[in-house]
Amino acid sequence: MIGTRRVAPPTHLDRVNPVTPFLAAVVLSLPLLVTIDVVSASVALVLGLAGLFAAGLRPATIVRRTWPVLVAAPLSGISMLLYAQPAGRIHLRVWLAVISDDSIALAVAIVVRVLAIGVPTLAILAGVDATRLGDGLAQVLRLPARFVLAALAGIRLFGVLREDWDALAAARRARGLGDGGRIRRWLGMAFTVLVIAVRRGGRLATAMEARGFGHGERTWARESRLGLADAVLLGSAVLIVVAALGASIATGAFRLVGT
Amino acid sequence: MTAASIRAAGWGWRHAARTRPAVAGLDLRVEPGERVLLLGPSGAGKSTLLAGLAGVLGDAEDGEETGSLAVDGAHPATTRGTAGLVLQDPQANTILSRVGDDVAFGPENLRVPRAEIWARVRDALDAVGLDVDLDRSTAALSGGQRQRLALAGILAMRPGLVLLDEPTANLDPDGVVEVRDAVVRMLDGTGATLVVVEHRVDTWLPVVDRVVVLDPGGGVLADGPADAVFARHGDDLADRGVWVPGHPVSIERRDVAPGDELLRATGLVVGRDAPVRPPVDLALAGGTSTVVTGPNGAGKSTLALTMASLLPRLGGSLAASPTLAGELGPDPARWRSSALATRIGTVFQEPEHQLVGRTVREELGIGLRAVGVPRAEHAARIDALLQRLRLDRLADAHPFTLSGGEQRRLSVATVLATGPRVIVLDEPTFGQDSRTWRELVTLMADLVADGAALLSVTHDADVVRVLGTSTPSDRVVRLDAA
Repeated sequence: MIGTRRVAPPTHLDRVNPVTPFLAAVVLSLPLLVTIDVVSASVALVLGLAGLFAAGLRPATIVRRTWPVLVAAPLSGISMLLYAQPAGRIHLRVWLAVISDDSIALAVAIVVRVLAIGVPTLAILAGVDATRLGDGLAQVLRLPARFVLAALAGIRLFGVLREDWDALAAARRARGLGDGGRIRRWLGMAFTVLVIAVRRGGRLATAMEARGFGHGERTWARESRLGLADAVLLGSAVLIVVAALGASIATGAFRLVGT
Repeated sequence: MTAASIRAAGWGWRHAARTRPAVAGLDLRVEPGERVLLLGPSGAGKSTLLAGLAGVLGDAEDGEETGSLAVDGAHPATTRGTAGLVLQDPQANTILSRVGDDVAFGPENLRVPRAEIWARVRDALDAVGLDVDLDRSTAALSGGQRQRLALAGILAMRPGLVLLDEPTANLDPDGVVEVRDAVVRMLDGTGATLVVVEHRVDTWLPVVDRVVVLDPGGGVLADGPADAVFARHGDDLADRGVWVPGHPVSIERRDVAPGDELLRATGLVVGRDAPVRPPVDLALAGGTSTVVTGPNGAGKSTLALTMASLLPRLGGSLAASPTLAGELGPDPARWRSSALATRIGTVFQEPEHQLVGRTVREELGIGLRAVGVPRAEHAARIDALLQRLRLDRLADAHPFTLSGGEQRRLSVATVLATGPRVIVLDEPTFGQDSRTWRELVTLMADLVADGAALLSVTHDADVVRVLGTSTPSDRVVRLDAA
């Protein structure tokens, strides 16, 4: 998760500027979002995984970082399988759900497509260090310092709020307010955490101002710029897209969304 | 930067939401390099003055300024990097997730060139004696380390004026000396002017030149060398809640015969995720007071909250005697929340975590309702509690708008409302002025005399003395560093 300390071993991706994976994700997803055939997605997935391994990511690390996609992909496949516009041979019909030749093909294409976009993107982004990302956003993408630093300070505050939440839960149990409706209790606690967060945020803003923040131009202690590693990552994303679309056109499988 | 001077002439500030000014009619001159201890009763405007000197009070939308205030001849809001302020709330001073980045934050804002920033960061961390990796997570620091990080953060800005708002509250005695010495090292190196606010003045008297006491009614009550100020105004200041050296607080304690054992921990292993210390054996009986003390990070609060069955135990057993448990089983962890509240009560370190009502009166009613006290009895019980804790005039105020001392009294009242026989208090006197301190400790002593088993976690040497060593059944449990 962003903001926590990583235990994964170092990889070539550590040399990449944290803003580059965002750009690479855009390059990778756009063509894959407008096509719907299984060949382009499969080629992209295989090449994407090969790229991750080549960068030094271990399979275990990839699984740990991408599990939400690993869960979401089959789910989106199942809904396609059951509810996509039926065409070709009908295999099964239960009330609104119809499994047909077309829905099977579509389901497979969707599963592979979600994986092809989601796995490389999450595997790289989940390893991004929030502090370096902030440097990149401010210095490479030139986002306003106020926005970037507020976000960074907010990430730190988020960890503190977890402690607040635990203390609130304990305090409610101590006061006899811990029985009964969990949802209602959590709503009450969420409101209190919000109040505490706003107050903390106000004090944090004062502390930042007291350290000279908010008077325009500032310097950055760590330089953030693009280098060879960033060119390699972006170039790889472009190559994967070209190879995927090329293979799908060559095999005649190419199909745009909605056709 | 060279040391800065302070000039205030008829200066005052009224926060936008208040009718009364926080500071009024202040005349003050502080010369470059002077070291000033700023005192005053609660509500005298000490924190407001520090914020004003740091230039962070805001603009006309945030409040109304009168008179003039100048640091080095200019209004503090117009200069930056002249004054460095360490705020009261320790969490608020940490801004970023890594130690090195956090210290670099100030110099970055002052447009210090990159090459020089890291030299400043290392110098600042050296000066405050914080010897940790620059990539170390700021969340992993102890209380003392966190405060030294805050000092390093302003030291790296090379300010001409250092402003500290209770920098050592809630630190263990070693941590207090550590932080104070770090401040002195830093001032010796830069010659900067110092204004420090602290309730416990003993810590700072050896290192300041001058004591300034603010008058809650406006202006300065006393100003001069510490000896002279305390000789002339000592009694008056002590009456108003200032901790004056040589005015020891003493509380009458009645001897009571210990009652039945109520709660016993055997081989209790405590910790949030992993054990923080070796197993503990501890028994609490009615009419006795037990004080747990020891350095930051020794696991005192964790032990107390586990004894109160608010944190799961990692090993060993916790058993309530039949006297305490009544018709329930001996393991408090299995009790319902409403059953726990009438047997074991807990006063938390941060009152805000404990308060849920919209008014002080409602706050107490919520607890009574939760434990099933008949509605007809509520009014009488609430009134009695409000009176006992001097909260009757605040019955309709919102709990979050109360002062620190009032909030603390209210959090104690919420516990007393449900009548538990075991009462656990986590740093109950932290940050309180001497008047509130006396009230709280007197109340705690009364609870013991009335038959409660009291378990207090504290760094406060006076609490250890009064509640841990005054009667034969008092006990002090010293936990060493984990």
